[in-house]
Amino acid sequence: MFGTITLEMILAILPQILMVVLAVLVMILDVIYREERGRSLGWWTAGGLTVIFVVSLMVARPGEDSVQLWGGMVRHDWLGFTFSMLFLFGAAITSLFAMEIKQVGNRGEFYLLLLVATIGMNFMAVSADLIMLFLAIETTSIPLYILAGFIKTDNKSTESGFKYLLFGAMTSAIMLYGFSLLFGFTGTTDIYQLAQGFMAGQLPQGLVLGALLLVLVGFGFKISMVPFHFWAPDVYEGAPTPIAGYLSTASKAAGFAVLMRVLIAAFPTVAPAWVIIFAVVSVATMTIGNAIALAQKNIKRLLAYSSIAHAGYALIGVAAVSTLGVTATIFYLIIYVITNLAAFGIVAAFSKAAGSDEIADYAAMSRRAPWLALSMLIAFLSLAGMPPFGGFVAKVFVFAAAVQADMEWLAIVGVLNAIVGLYYYLIVLKVVYLYRSEDEDKTIALTRPYALALGILVIGIILAGTIFGPLYFWSDTAAAALF
Amino acid sequence: MQFPVLSVIVFIPAVFGALILLIPQERKTEIRMAALTAAFIAMALAAWVYFSYDVAASGYQFVERYQWLPALGISYYVGVDGISAPLVLLTGVVMFTGVLISWGVDDRPREFFAFLFILATGVFGVFVALDLFGLFFFYEIAVFPMYLLIAIWGWKVTREYAAMKLTLYLFIGSVISLVGALAMYFASGLGTFDMLALETANYSVTFQRFWFPFVFIGFAVLGGIFPFHNWSPDGHVAAPTAVSMFHAGVLMKLGAFAALRVGIMLLPEGAKFWMPVIIIFTLVNVVYGAFIALVQTDFKYVIGFSSVSHMGLVLMGFATLKAEGLTGAGVQMFSHGIMTALFFAVVGMVYDRAHTREIPKLGGFATVMPWVTVAFIIGGLVSMGMPGFSGFIAEFPIFMGVWRTQPWIAIVAAISIVITAAYVLRVVGRVFFGKMPEEFVGHITNITPLDKVALVLLSAILIIVGVYPSIMVPLVESGVENILRLLGGA
Repeated sequence: MFGTITLEMILAILPQILMVVLAVLVMILDVIYREERGRSLGWWTAGGLTVIFVVSLMVARPGEDSVQLWGGMVRHDWLGFTFSMLFLFGAAITSLFAMEIKQVGNRGEFYLLLLVATIGMNFMAVSADLIMLFLAIETTSIPLYILAGFIKTDNKSTESGFKYLLFGAMTSAIMLYGFSLLFGFTGTTDIYQLAQGFMAGQLPQGLVLGALLLVLVGFGFKISMVPFHFWAPDVYEGAPTPIAGYLSTASKAAGFAVLMRVLIAAFPTVAPAWVIIFAVVSVATMTIGNAIALAQKNIKRLLAYSSIAHAGYALIGVAAVSTLGVTATIFYLIIYVITNLAAFGIVAAFSKAAGSDEIADYAAMSRRAPWLALSMLIAFLSLAGMPPFGGFVAKVFVFAAAVQADMEWLAIVGVLNAIVGLYYYLIVLKVVYLYRSEDEDKTIALTRPYALALGILVIGIILAGTIFGPLYFWSDTAAAALF
Repeated sequence: MQFPVLSVIVFIPAVFGALILLIPQERKTEIRMAALTAAFIAMALAAWVYFSYDVAASGYQFVERYQWLPALGISYYVGVDGISAPLVLLTGVVMFTGVLISWGVDDRPREFFAFLFILATGVFGVFVALDLFGLFFFYEIAVFPMYLLIAIWGWKVTREYAAMKLTLYLFIGSVISLVGALAMYFASGLGTFDMLALETANYSVTFQRFWFPFVFIGFAVLGGIFPFHNWSPDGHVAAPTAVSMFHAGVLMKLGAFAALRVGIMLLPEGAKFWMPVIIIFTLVNVVYGAFIALVQTDFKYVIGFSSVSHMGLVLMGFATLKAEGLTGAGVQMFSHGIMTALFFAVVGMVYDRAHTREIPKLGGFATVMPWVTVAFIIGGLVSMGMPGFSGFIAEFPIFMGVWRTQPWIAIVAAISIVITAAYVLRVVGRVFFGKMPEEFVGHITNITPLDKVALVLLSAILIIVGVYPSIMVPLVESGVENILRLLGGA
């Protein structure tokens, strides 16, 4: 079906191929390199992913024009490539965060599953065909279900994995039904030919929109968009913290990549309708996420609701359907991934030492671990949208996209939500910096993997917030691939 | 290439703030010395900029421009004019004296100075920004450290409440303005955030009238405009001394300045349309603020409300849209900044020794703290607008400008001078003179030499501007001319 395999075809999926190699390597190491000898598969995984990141960046960059390869299954363009790089980065950081977590970091399967999920995400970002897309989504989801329930002795973790599986399976099924309708309407599974298919078949808009809504159930679950957000807090709370971080960042970004590609490539004919849908959903997502976050006592639940709210901000750019809008969303997601990984990393580091995820137990953290507290300050203020951190620029860009699309009201709702967000982030920082605790003499030492990963993330947050030119340019190139 | 003096001023605090974080926590003296060095450099450079500004040439000077994000027309673009040069100097002075006064901060001084300096970078950045994006960038940087500074080092009773209230008020104001600014960016069609270019955008009158209130009020929240002034006295009172100085002395000017720069200068037609309303709000500020100050029993609240009253005068000066009013407002921003920094320094010194700020419980401090007493009286005279002090130079033209617009407002506003005299004299009489209560006798020590340096510096500036107004007025006038040009002459 593919004819001869060309170099270009290999390069289009080079990160995935290399990750398979890495996964095999990790599996072999797991068997021959015994645990008692102080192995650290986390370093291997993170190091391997870094190598793949660098190699892909050097040799596998897409050209100016997007090309569809592997019989139309895969599209080699800047959108897919940008997101692939983001997932590699997220997976590398996650494996560093996970290596010292008990019952998680010492198990070879953990890294294997993480890599498989990342391979799935990379395929999600590049797939140009409904069948490929569905396979990619499942390749991502199934390992993540297991990872969420990875701590077998912890009921909450088991519950988390099971809940994620039930929600995921349900929404996938609905999405698959939507895919089948799309195929039935048009006779093609190529995402880039669906639009023509709708025209040729002179389908009523209502039908197309109906199929789109079914598909959106699946995508909405991935990005925890209201009303498909209910799983997020419970799953994040129970899952091992680094995995919760990975779910809330890379997995969500993958959902956005797919969402933007499918909407803009396949559904331009019903754009006026889905613009309204997304504007409304965006408002609902950020408002509900922020409002419920206000009442949280557990830091992981708080971050779960805050990550729902952030999906809402990112959706503003989608609702604006413009180059600026998509650029802003991609930019937002990159910053969000960096920032939220840092936030979850800090939570993981703290709970490993202090054994608690309750916000109240963060009291006096600034005295116990000044650098960890400072990282938390930076990450949370970036989430709140304060300069000179990345979150500020990212928010300005999405709001600018709304204003440009004559949706000033959406920008106003967005900024008001940002204030609610600021409030609960500040409450946490207040506990960290202001409150005293009986344990304040017990210092928390930062181990090497955490120091390295958090250092990279914090520097990333500051650089992205001050010298944002290159990152904007990259996002813009990625967005241009869609139009 | 010319020496990038403005960038150095803007980034010295932030760079030193980061360096201070690297000093080990226990070495408090080194931390303080590093802070003082940074503050001194910033003040010296600010003074250099102020005195070498060429008034005859006017316009924006010491301009630096670098591309930041060309795709959206964002640049790092800074420069000072006659309005902002005094404010840069003001920030330098308050920063330096603030560090002197904060020598006694003993709980985590490292973080204290680091946050204070990040704040200072934000403030300097706003005053010199000529790019709308840059202005917002620095504006937000100036807002959030306030929360931590007040919540961590503030007055234990109200700090959490006041810090959150302040942050939310200011953040709401600024993000509302941000939406307005984005609307201006897109409506101009110029694809640039360069404010000098946006001045020529010729927005439609409807557009200007619609967006002006959002932009102006959004910023003026930080200037303490009625009815959004409520955060300010609470914030001032809860903040530690140096932060109160910064806050009332500099931050409130930030709001007024941004309201002028973005609201009035970029949307002049909107300004003309809304000013009759704004001037009424500011009248309430001036008179009501003074009355409330009169009935406070907490020493620091008196000063807090006096700031509301005096900032009302600044905004009232703007609202006249007349040369006199704007010039007076420009000088008032500087004069009030120094004066209120002096006031808060004095309050801090009294409180640190008496551990109470209840006016009825205090008395007789003149005998043990003569320097503080003299400084407070000087500040009081400035506050009343007494000739020979900077307050007169500032307030007299404001009243002239108001008279030319709405005589009855000038008459009502003038009542505030009488009330100001009343609350200042009340404090002087009760706190510094009279009989010292038994429990203080023998316990109250005099202030440190560093405190004296700060008080002398602040007082001297108030007197110099008062007796030799030419040192500032022509400079401000050159800046005002530019504003009048945008308003189409007046």
